[in-house]
Amino acid sequence: MSDKPKNTEKAEPRRLSVFKTYKLYVGGKFPRSESGRVYEVTDPKGNWLANAPLSSRKDARDAVVAARKAFGAWSGATAYNRGQVLYRVAEMLEGRKEQFVHEVADAEGLSKPKATAQVDAAIDRWVWYAGWTDKIAQVVGGGNPVAGPFFNLSSPEPTGVVAVLAPQESSFLGLVSVIAPVIATGNTAVVIASERSPLPALSLGEVLATSDVPGGVVNVLSGRTAEIAAPLAAHQDVNAIDLAGADDVLAKELEIAAADNLKRVLRPQPVDNADGVDWFATPGIERMTAFLETKTVWHPTGSLGASGSSY
Amino acid sequence: MTTENMDKQPSNTNNPSSSTDKQSSGMNKRSSAFEYAPAPESRAIVDIAPSYGLFVDGEFTEAADGKVFKTVSPSTEEVLSEVAQAGSEDVDRAVGAARKAFDKWSALPGSERAKYLFRIARIIQERSRELAVLETLDNGKPIRETRDADLPLVAAHFFYYAGWADKLDHAGFGAHPRPLGVAGQVIPWNFPLLMLAWKIAPALAAGNTVVLKPAETTPLSALFFADICRQAGLPRGVVNILPGYGDAGAAIVAHPDVDKVAFTGSTAVGKEIARTVAGTRKKLTLELGGKGANIVFDDAPIDQAVEGIVTGIFFNQGQVCCAGSRLLVQESIHDELLESLKRRLSTLRLGDPLDKNTDIGAINSPEQLARITALAERGEAEGAERWSPACELPSAGYWFAPTLFTNVTQAHTIARDEIFGPVLSVLTFRTPEEAVAKANNTPYGLSAGIWTEKGSRILAVAGKLRAGVIWSNTFNKFDPTSPFGGYKESGFGREGGRHGLEAYLDV
Repeated sequence: MSDKPKNTEKAEPRRLSVFKTYKLYVGGKFPRSESGRVYEVTDPKGNWLANAPLSSRKDARDAVVAARKAFGAWSGATAYNRGQVLYRVAEMLEGRKEQFVHEVADAEGLSKPKATAQVDAAIDRWVWYAGWTDKIAQVVGGGNPVAGPFFNLSSPEPTGVVAVLAPQESSFLGLVSVIAPVIATGNTAVVIASERSPLPALSLGEVLATSDVPGGVVNVLSGRTAEIAAPLAAHQDVNAIDLAGADDVLAKELEIAAADNLKRVLRPQPVDNADGVDWFATPGIERMTAFLETKTVWHPTGSLGASGSSY
Repeated sequence: MTTENMDKQPSNTNNPSSSTDKQSSGMNKRSSAFEYAPAPESRAIVDIAPSYGLFVDGEFTEAADGKVFKTVSPSTEEVLSEVAQAGSEDVDRAVGAARKAFDKWSALPGSERAKYLFRIARIIQERSRELAVLETLDNGKPIRETRDADLPLVAAHFFYYAGWADKLDHAGFGAHPRPLGVAGQVIPWNFPLLMLAWKIAPALAAGNTVVLKPAETTPLSALFFADICRQAGLPRGVVNILPGYGDAGAAIVAHPDVDKVAFTGSTAVGKEIARTVAGTRKKLTLELGGKGANIVFDDAPIDQAVEGIVTGIFFNQGQVCCAGSRLLVQESIHDELLESLKRRLSTLRLGDPLDKNTDIGAINSPEQLARITALAERGEAEGAERWSPACELPSAGYWFAPTLFTNVTQAHTIARDEIFGPVLSVLTFRTPEEAVAKANNTPYGLSAGIWTEKGSRILAVAGKLRAGVIWSNTFNKFDPTSPFGGYKESGFGREGGRHGLEAYLDV
């Protein structure tokens, strides 16, 4: 392994710094890729930052198993509980802010203030979605005034296991902006980190692991987006796919594969400016509703009818 | 087939565990004791022309290539009319007309669009009996259903969405939600006019224009609806009706100037449509197949449950995507419930759909009849036990006796595949957990039923079932205010209620 080409050693010439081995985050654990492969991650100038796991199809399938296993308990947790867990993620991130500012600055070639703005916004986004967990049901569900003696209630329910292609450009704010809405409502996620800048995503796994997020609720894979996404899009036990990080060609391929078990597909956001998606903008609820089902339950009330009451 | 089933019946009625001898002997006499005089609804109320055109840009026209097809009454095989068959050129023209009409229609104040829809709702109510008879003739379902279920729901649906047209700002999709543009809609033959209403009412309320293809076996009510649009003074091109086959549907779905695709039909076609629109900006909603579980717990009121089971699978000859086609009975009441169910099935009247006393009408087409027949034979071949009540089938038309299978396992084809016919597969369970696991053991997720007196069990089981519509202590209830649609491979998106607007708005 070559010496890290960055500055830290200048300040402390006599102490060799400790590098981090970046690992996947699957089922609450930190495995290497089962393939044993890694790829070099560089900053935008081409300086080596780290070796990241190059996930295989098998890693993708293992992540789906972990996500499915976690779905029952996470979707069955109270919305209040999920809100507190998401808020805890914000708390943990706040404490490790400097690390993330550093990683985002390296990953995206940003100045420290610009990277700080990204991380701040990402932390605030967790807070925003933490508050949504116990409100979305009232906003998108409710009683229906049917023309008959029936109690009739529609409630949103999580779709299930969601494959998430994190945005390629925004390695952290974009990442958080697509993960948080998926899990806020009780889904579990298999996330493919930005291919070029996966390190903030892999570090986020460490934060999630210490934030009371149950293992398997979020699984983070790094590697070639197209290689990992293909088996996820075709996977029969994945219920939905968020194509945020796919280009047009890949998005179309994956949407076709996803049709095989009628996954819910969230297409890449149409971009109408050269800078790409503005992840700083306050989100709407669409990233949550895209992965919600509506369940409608009927029951007779017995309170009407020409023949009189029947209750 | 029916003779063989008749042979089996006495052994069931003579079952020593049967509750009372009186009922059993009453049932043996049933076929003669309850003879009703024929009570047919007059078909004079509906005037079917010998031929119909496509309805494009406010005019009835021939197909560009001059093709026509015949539509047949499934109960008699009588040819009802000859209908123009849309091809891709016609799809082009219809989409063009809808596009041209879109700017003005979407720019109308919502209150004006609302009034058009209210007009349509009222005209449907006025012509309700005519349309019910027409639908029964073209589809084969009993007049009791078209008159009491289909048509009232059709009118109610337009009335409901009419009210939304000028209230979209308050629908929870942000201020001033925009319509999508031209909606391409393809509907099935099982509820021809009701499915049209589910598609067209929310589309127009939201400000879209539509190109709709009715199913090839049931084009007539959609063409009568075109006439209603004219009576209502609906601007030209806002609604275009293209009778035709799957190729016309595929052309609508693939048309580059269609902004929204809505389809109700089979899961296989739904998947093909999802592939077709991949990579486009077309918004898609799909309402597809189902294999609904109807779960009866041991504390359920048996008589009510039996009614619900019958409604669940024999309504519209079981040709219903949300049919309760898998009966899951708690083991301890299996025999008792089956006895009651068989007794009830023996009182169902199969025959002339126009007769007001008819419970079971005709199967919609020879193709569907062949499919049902093949799947039922498969059930027998795989070892399930087949039973049908004594039931004489008319000599003309397409008919299938109400049928139930016992000794069915989850591995049986008839427990997995959607049959879309009057065929019930009976399975058993011991614990609520087992019931939930079996109910969810399907790629579908459209509907389910729960029968129990215990409130907490209803809510707990309803919470665990992966299905879009759960009927507890009732079944097959529909309402325009109530969102309808599936989980998993039963499709996505919801029709009905505030939720139903989302499919037609740019949100």
